Amino acid sequence: MLPMLRVSGLQKSFVMHAQGDLALPVLKDVALEVRPGECLALVGPSGAGKSTLLRSLYGNYRPQSGSIQVRHREDWVELVAAEPRVVLDVRRHTMGFVSQFLRVIPRVGAVDVVAEPMLRRGASPEEARHKAEFLLGVLGIPERLWALPPATFSGGEQQRVNIARSLITDYPILLLDEPTASLDIANRDGVIDLIRQRREQGAAIVGIFHDIAVREALATRLHDVALPGVQA
Amino acid sequence: MSGPLLSAKGVTKRFGGRIACQGVSFELWPGEVLGVVGESGSGKTTLLNCLAGRLMPDEGIVSYETKSMGTVDVHRLSEARRRLLARTEWGFVNQDAREGLRMGVSAGANIGERLMAIGARHYGNIREVASDWMERVELDIERLDDRPTAYSGGMRQRLQIARNLVSEPRLVFMDEPTGGLDVSVQARLLDLLRGLVDRFHLSAVLVTHDLGVARLLTHRLMVMQGGRVVEEGLTDQVLDDPQDAYTQMLVASILPV
Amino acid sequence: MPDQTYNDDVNSETGAYNYAYLDEQTKRMIRRAILKAVAVPGYQVPFGGREMPLPYGWGTGGIQVTAAIIGRDDTLKVIDQGADDTTNAVSIRRFFAKVADVATTTRTEEATVIQTRHRVPETPLKDGQILVFQVPIPEPLRMLEPRETETRTLHALSEYGVMQVSLYESIARFGRISKAYNYPVLVNGRYMMSPSPIPKFDNPKLDRNPALQLYGAGREKRIYAVPPYTPVKSLDFDDHPFEIEKWEQACAYCGSKHSFLDEMIVDDDGQRLFVCSDTDYCQERQETQRQSEQKK
Repeated sequence: MLPMLRVSGLQKSFVMHAQGDLALPVLKDVALEVRPGECLALVGPSGAGKSTLLRSLYGNYRPQSGSIQVRHREDWVELVAAEPRVVLDVRRHTMGFVSQFLRVIPRVGAVDVVAEPMLRRGASPEEARHKAEFLLGVLGIPERLWALPPATFSGGEQQRVNIARSLITDYPILLLDEPTASLDIANRDGVIDLIRQRREQGAAIVGIFHDIAVREALATRLHDVALPGVQA
Repeated sequence: MSGPLLSAKGVTKRFGGRIACQGVSFELWPGEVLGVVGESGSGKTTLLNCLAGRLMPDEGIVSYETKSMGTVDVHRLSEARRRLLARTEWGFVNQDAREGLRMGVSAGANIGERLMAIGARHYGNIREVASDWMERVELDIERLDDRPTAYSGGMRQRLQIARNLVSEPRLVFMDEPTGGLDVSVQARLLDLLRGLVDRFHLSAVLVTHDLGVARLLTHRLMVMQGGRVVEEGLTDQVLDDPQDAYTQMLVASILPV
Repeated sequence: MPDQTYNDDVNSETGAYNYAYLDEQTKRMIRRAILKAVAVPGYQVPFGGREMPLPYGWGTGGIQVTAAIIGRDDTLKVIDQGADDTTNAVSIRRFFAKVADVATTTRTEEATVIQTRHRVPETPLKDGQILVFQVPIPEPLRMLEPRETETRTLHALSEYGVMQVSLYESIARFGRISKAYNYPVLVNGRYMMSPSPIPKFDNPKLDRNPALQLYGAGREKRIYAVPPYTPVKSLDFDDHPFEIEKWEQACAYCGSKHSFLDEMIVDDDGQRLFVCSDTDYCQERQETQRQSEQKK
């Protein structure tokens, strides 16, 4: 089966111009492949570049060189140095990202935050709302909060809204950055179930899971970011 | 549509010996919102005016793909056609709503003007369309016959937006659309703009000095300094992983709340 | 030819004046402007207006147009708000009688040139007659757009939306288009024109009129024209169509129900009388009625 994501020769440093152009190399010669139904867990010590790698895959960070190829619309698309509209299209249809923090948009209710990616893909408002409510329910967000903007929610509630938003459309590729970080055990298990379901439906997943239990429940392979080259 | 909606190549504008903007090039594709950020004097407003046909650049070309007449060089159009374009396929939202409204006539007349300018002659229909738009921008339709002099700043801005969108433009130019408004008013207005951009598949070029506004409304960002574009890319990438020294300084200067 | 100064001694009193007061070069210039105006119906042609023996606001534009076209064979009628006998009408008529040695009349049918302030005669005009309007503000968009540079551009580009906006606003505020005089029209489907402050009642008379209409604005120095049989359409909305004034009363003197009536207050008790504004029309009708009475 064809991989969904292919990375090779990826280099990423940060240059702090204010500190005399101090260069911090983080990723060196990273390579990996992820297939549908796989969940690749990124491991390595703190500062090794797990989050950097994940963000680079999403186009949120800009690598200096290398290749990130994504299977998008039945074709391979190169994301490094791609035109913005290409990355935007990939993000809309193929690749979803669950960050640690929900970026809060004023005044938009939780259910609308969750429904938005589905609406963007052309679904009807009723359909999108229905699915959004379902996900919020599964993730244990009480109904009384659905119409409220998440700005006033607890960290854990915001995180669950975030997760629901990423899972509402069936992204073939999912990037997860500590998806259960702010959650208690009960909610954590609910999220694990949802993600596992998605994996079993064929999503290709790359994730950072500090919680060993979560990693063991979801990961099919591990990738040590500090080591160069593809890892089995 | 096969090509970019708006493209700029080497747009340069000088005022006497002073360079206002230099060598700006980009392509804007349908559905994209491009933010142009920079501090005062960066040239972002000059650039916007060159793109919207209001200022003639000294060098460079601005091309726009029209709905039905192919791609045109904006500055080589006859004044008649450029003015027609500005009234139909384009919108321009000014920072000060008063510059984009007729303060002496009612809200309904303001919104209906573009329709009347292209030949609408049924008062009842015009009024109905105007009312619809009042609702879409969340203005009270009871105030359809009030003049904008009786409106607050935020309401005037909503009215200006409605006046522009009534002709269903494909491209909207915005110059600090939330500048000078109270924070809560700004938040609601940004929210409205986000919704309208999504709902009507608008493309836009948005000039702002506020990175928060850029984060919320734009897909792509160009950072200008001293008339030049020093960095560009996806908005989240430019703000989260700035490459250029000036951009890094700008991002680091945002006051935490 | 260019060096000749034509100086016709009209009579011993006005020995110093050229025929019809203006010198020949000025008349030529005005005629050129008139020709341009006739060639582009409704378009305001700038002209080099001269100092006239009466101030701006008293008909200097109309007088210059009349002076440029009048000849010894003409018969001139002058009316002011429909009346031949008001001070201004009388003064202007006497002026031309003196400087142009021209026959004058109060009868619309007999006139070849009619100079008018703010009314169109009720009696239908004929092919060969010329109606000269006195115009205060030639620019129909002036109240909406104060800049001359901008109004010229609007006319050039046919951008008349702003006028439609003002009509919309009138309906929004008053429930109807409240403009009662100087009602804007579109001439020959192209230029928007101010028909001068005639009541909207007279607008339909401008449409495809067999007579030549000339408009002169002295202070603003503009001449415009509507050639005979040119379509002139008053602006409106589909659901608020153009309508003229109607009176319940008939003329107290001649009984007309179809002319423009002036309302006159006749005593300290506020007694009102409605009378035809067009004095010639009214007198003619009265004369006709008298004659048919006598025949009985």
